[in-house]
Amino acid sequence: MPPRLLALIVKELLAAFRDPKARIAFIIPPLMQVFLYAYAATLEVKHASIAVLNEDWGETSRQLVTRLERSSAFAPILWLKSDREIVPVIDSQRVVAVVRIGQDFSRKVAAREPATVQVILDGRKSNTAQILNGYIGSIVTQFAIDQAMGGTDPPDISTVVERSWYNPNRDYATTMVPSLVATLTMTTVLMIMVMSVARERELGTFEQLLVSPLQPHEILIGKAVPGLIVGFVLATAIMLIVTQFFRIPMLGSPLVLYAGLFVFLLAIIGVGLFISSLVSTQQQAMLGAMVYMMPAMMLSGFTSPVQNMPDWLQPVALMNPLTHFLVIVRGVFLRDMPMALVAERIWPMLFIAVFTLTAAGWLFRRKIS
Amino acid sequence: MTTLERTPTDAAPLAAAPAEPDAARRDRTGRFRRMKALIRKETLQIVRDPSSLVIAVVLPILLLFLFGFGVSFDVTKMRIGLVIEEPTPETARFEASLSNTPWFRVQVAHDRRAFLDDLTASRLEGVIVLPGDFSERLGRGDSAAVQIITDGTDPNTASLVNGYAQGAWQSWLLQSALSGGKEGAAPISTDPRFWFNPELESRRFLVPGSIALILMMIGSLLTALVVAREWERGTIEALLATPASVTEFLVGKVVPNFVLGLCAMAVSVLFAIFVFDVPMRGSVWALLAASTAFLLVALSSGLLISSLARSQFLASQIAMITAFLPALFFSGFIFEISSMPGPLQAFSAIIPAKYYVRSLQTIFLAGDVGAVLVPSILILAFMSLVLMLLTARFSKMRLD
Amino acid sequence: MTGGAAIEAMPDAAPMAIARDLVKRFTPDGPPALDTLSFAIKPGQVTGVAGPDGAGKTTLMRLMAGLLTPTSGSLTVCGFDTIRDSIALHQSIGYMPQRFGLYEDLTVFENLTLYADLRGVVGKERDDTFKRLLAFTDLARFTDRLAGALSGGMKQKLGLACAMLKAPRILLLDEPGVGVDPISRRELWQMVHELTGEGVAVVWTTAYLDEAENCAEVIVLNEGKLLYQGEPKVMTARIGDRAFLLEGAGAERRVVLERALARPDIIDGVLQGAAVRLVTKEGAPPPRPEDIETAQPITIRPAKPRFEDAFVVMLGGQPKRTREMKSAGQIEHREGPAVEALNLTRRFGNFTAADNISFSIRRGEIFGLLGPNGAGKSTTFKMMCGLLRPTSGTARVDGYDLYSAPAAARSRLGYMAQKFSLYGDLTVRQNLDFFGGAYGLMGRAKSEAIERAIAAFDLGPHLSTNAGQLPLGFKQRLALAAAILHNPPVLFLDEPTSGVDPITRREFWGTINAMVSGGVTVMVTTHFMDEAEYCDRVALIYRGRCIALDTPDALQARVKTPELPNPTLEDAFIALVEEQDSQRQAEGAGARLGTAA
Repeated sequence: MPPRLLALIVKELLAAFRDPKARIAFIIPPLMQVFLYAYAATLEVKHASIAVLNEDWGETSRQLVTRLERSSAFAPILWLKSDREIVPVIDSQRVVAVVRIGQDFSRKVAAREPATVQVILDGRKSNTAQILNGYIGSIVTQFAIDQAMGGTDPPDISTVVERSWYNPNRDYATTMVPSLVATLTMTTVLMIMVMSVARERELGTFEQLLVSPLQPHEILIGKAVPGLIVGFVLATAIMLIVTQFFRIPMLGSPLVLYAGLFVFLLAIIGVGLFISSLVSTQQQAMLGAMVYMMPAMMLSGFTSPVQNMPDWLQPVALMNPLTHFLVIVRGVFLRDMPMALVAERIWPMLFIAVFTLTAAGWLFRRKIS
Repeated sequence: MTTLERTPTDAAPLAAAPAEPDAARRDRTGRFRRMKALIRKETLQIVRDPSSLVIAVVLPILLLFLFGFGVSFDVTKMRIGLVIEEPTPETARFEASLSNTPWFRVQVAHDRRAFLDDLTASRLEGVIVLPGDFSERLGRGDSAAVQIITDGTDPNTASLVNGYAQGAWQSWLLQSALSGGKEGAAPISTDPRFWFNPELESRRFLVPGSIALILMMIGSLLTALVVAREWERGTIEALLATPASVTEFLVGKVVPNFVLGLCAMAVSVLFAIFVFDVPMRGSVWALLAASTAFLLVALSSGLLISSLARSQFLASQIAMITAFLPALFFSGFIFEISSMPGPLQAFSAIIPAKYYVRSLQTIFLAGDVGAVLVPSILILAFMSLVLMLLTARFSKMRLD
Repeated sequence: MTGGAAIEAMPDAAPMAIARDLVKRFTPDGPPALDTLSFAIKPGQVTGVAGPDGAGKTTLMRLMAGLLTPTSGSLTVCGFDTIRDSIALHQSIGYMPQRFGLYEDLTVFENLTLYADLRGVVGKERDDTFKRLLAFTDLARFTDRLAGALSGGMKQKLGLACAMLKAPRILLLDEPGVGVDPISRRELWQMVHELTGEGVAVVWTTAYLDEAENCAEVIVLNEGKLLYQGEPKVMTARIGDRAFLLEGAGAERRVVLERALARPDIIDGVLQGAAVRLVTKEGAPPPRPEDIETAQPITIRPAKPRFEDAFVVMLGGQPKRTREMKSAGQIEHREGPAVEALNLTRRFGNFTAADNISFSIRRGEIFGLLGPNGAGKSTTFKMMCGLLRPTSGTARVDGYDLYSAPAAARSRLGYMAQKFSLYGDLTVRQNLDFFGGAYGLMGRAKSEAIERAIAAFDLGPHLSTNAGQLPLGFKQRLALAAAILHNPPVLFLDEPTSGVDPITRREFWGTINAMVSGGVTVMVTTHFMDEAEYCDRVALIYRGRCIALDTPDALQARVKTPELPNPTLEDAFIALVEEQDSQRQAEGAGARLGTAA
């Protein structure tokens, strides 16, 4: 490596990490997020509060209610005495769902007539409501089947063997925490990259660089290498936390993951340097990074799946390097994704990297003259 | 020495003692005028600074679009692979009933290996396997052992796929049981009613929730940045040497940013109603009251941050950590608070965004529900009071 | 001391500010920033606060403005305790901080309105004040312009106007002369003098001693201690007849200065045009020409002492360091001039910032680019460094074209930017390592160059200090050290000592002189006349054109008139600019007449 380039890389690394405030800013938020995502980011429904209004005095309804009570998905049930109480408990969000068993429920079941159980759900939380509806529905259906089988030692014909591959308990932390290898690496590297040119421009050191014999492409490489190093170190650190602290094993090959990481970092560095050579102050750089980061996070499948997005947004998601790398990270960690499938995700990122780096280099050169 | 000889006559009126009887009254009008001047200055700066406008206009619209279109938990047309190892009339009937539900888009294969890669590559959300002896077992009344395989790497989708698939299987089973002539069986079904949001669009709760996130950003981030900028550029030094007091300075910062916040809220609300079809069932007054209380909390937390951090970089980092991340995680806007570990649930009680998200979802989807709104607004008002007192305590009008 | 007697006779001329045993510490165990100061500031005159960088000038101003709390001692301004009565105090002072304090995204008028409201200047009083101040500052044409778009001098004038809105009883100005060209500086002084005429006490901090000399009284601070308070004349008089001018050394004068300074009886020396100015130690006999070895005959005659002489003497004279700038290999020279500008033109849209500028700098010459703010000297300088592509024309360094062979040309030049532009978060050694590497040095060559620079600039004790935390003098040295690590034959300096105190300035130029003696060519931009004195030749840039190019002495001679028999370089500068202006006006009028006819 030419000495000029080496000197520049060393300087960039020092510039990014010598300031204690900057160090804190690069270390604390990622750490905080690791723990927040591990413990707080959940869409799971546990201990949901529901209420039951049983207007029927028959034995059958009591049996159904007992089954609801035994379910682990619910917090202790709130008992209602009249239908006038339904509106207030839902409105005030004391419960998410009210199960209402009508007066003639036992009679209808006994008379072999179709009977219904009304479930009122709070649509303000539509996701929780849907999952709760699923729980209640399956409890009621199971109850119906048991009734149909005559109630006496029913043969277990309904057995459904249900398996969630890769994450048997459907635990949120198991998917969220490895994903941080992608998202936190992205936010940190992007932040360093957008600041690098903007800060030098604001402090006046950029002129000093431009007057030296360093070529524009050397400056570009010099700024990119620290991003790569930081990205590799951070990603490795998070991988270690994930596997050692949270005990989530990595099923696939680390080499495959690192191959993806390399191309992903190139793409992110390209985006960061592109933004950085476009703006003229650190504040603008920060805003630029934020305006890029938010859509990148939300349109990546990080919080909600890409296939839920409207069709016209899906191509946008595919132009996002994070979308592809998230698939790789989750794939390698949880499902031992083979290289062939990983490669399918690498080439779009490679394309993005080439495009953004070229654009950044071009802008850079244009701003010099 | 001519200068010195001229001094006494000119200096005499200047040196007169400042104590005058109506000093108090004059001070009050002076205070009002100074505040007005500071507010005007701040407003001009906001209007001229493109980055303020980015934070106040571009970011809200961007966020609304992202939450409105990009983030969705509504799994419609889940892609399901149905493995029929040995086709029989029963399996054909099951396939038909599965395809008839609105939830699934079904592909059929006869070997489970056909779908393994698709599941690994996220091209399918789940696989249902009907084993080779399915019809036999069913005929014998044995356990049919249907397998539902979901992709656990997306737990939410996996839960939904599993729930709907089980539901479909059970109701098919029930149908078969009933039509199979098992006497004495009664069909029992649930009749779900989703109040406030019958179409179950997650957009309807995500959009109001994201307004809280937007206002938190404008309030704390922008306010923290504008004060830190005065320290960085050194403009505060000249200001501190004028008769303006701490309160006047703080009011000068709060008022324009408050108005900016309200404008951003109005833009967001109009977008929510007209672009995203979110109904507005509550009153404008309730919306205004809750938003005012919340904005005051956000602004005073921004001022508090800026009294501790005097550089823009640091201020923005602190604002991200103390305002934005908690608002995202502990407001109940995306993540379910009741499913979090106990200490985190307790922690969420001090997150202002939680109360505002709750109020917004109620005002938009349910209406003016006093039981939710009154306590929430009171808590927010209390929080802003505490934060403002802290800010006044920590803001020094000196450089050391 | 008639002035002092007059003050005591007048009851209203009581001091505007009184400090008794004033101490300010920023860290409990560190050295105090201000150490037991006692002084009084009188109304109706300008009190200068002078001292080297880090002496505590700004701390003192902030204490007087009530922005810092004294650690001990008392400080009253306008009869108010600066902390207890800070509200009342702020009603009666005007304060202009070092960094303007203007809102750059507000217009001139909006800035004025803001401070008028804050200071309670309303109604008719406001209209009158605005009218007066705008006329006074000559900003009336620019009321709608954003403050950020004003030149440095105009910003200072606006800052001053904002501080003067409510006729203050005491006006505190922190280094108002920094970054302001001589013309604007003169105007600032006129404004201030009108105020003192009305009885206002003005406190003016400065690192420029010609400014301090203009003050009625001066407070000299060093390392937080008060060294002197009184009339500058009295302090200057202490030098007595110990100042001399050595003439006739010609091209040899830099070496002569170095030799003279090596003598124990000489405690200060600077170049002054073609002459060398020397100050001897107290009690030493006058220097004789034969004491100093020269090739040419020289004469030494007594000179009128200046305040600057007294100041440097009071601070212990010029620090004497042996300047071993002998480089590893001798500088290789190529044929032809060291630096060449051929018809350089740069246009921004319709505006021509630099118009057909040509000059050529000989090897071993110090060449100055002079001009008021915004005249085009920075544009020219940037084109010479390769930072800005000329619209037409050629720029060559050591024979290499900056645009056809940029890397070769850049490796031949050392560059020191206007504001401190090294990496503040990196240590001294890390900075040197980086710049050595950036200029392609490696291995032994690099470590030797760095060791040499550390020794030559005495950077040893500060190697692991962050560059941003160095005292200004060391920053300056480090910046220069970084610029010359690769032993460049050509050195470009952009306003190298703007706002720098005389001691640091002497050190800096001492080093430059040593390098020039070793064959380095220097190009420097400046609007600071002391710096221009060091130049062999200067080019005066005004309105994008080179309006004069000659030695400083010749330029001074050009403007000599019966009324101004001994013009300073500053006088020459102002006269030449004004001459150009009147010529332009005449031409413009002629052109208009021409079209009309």
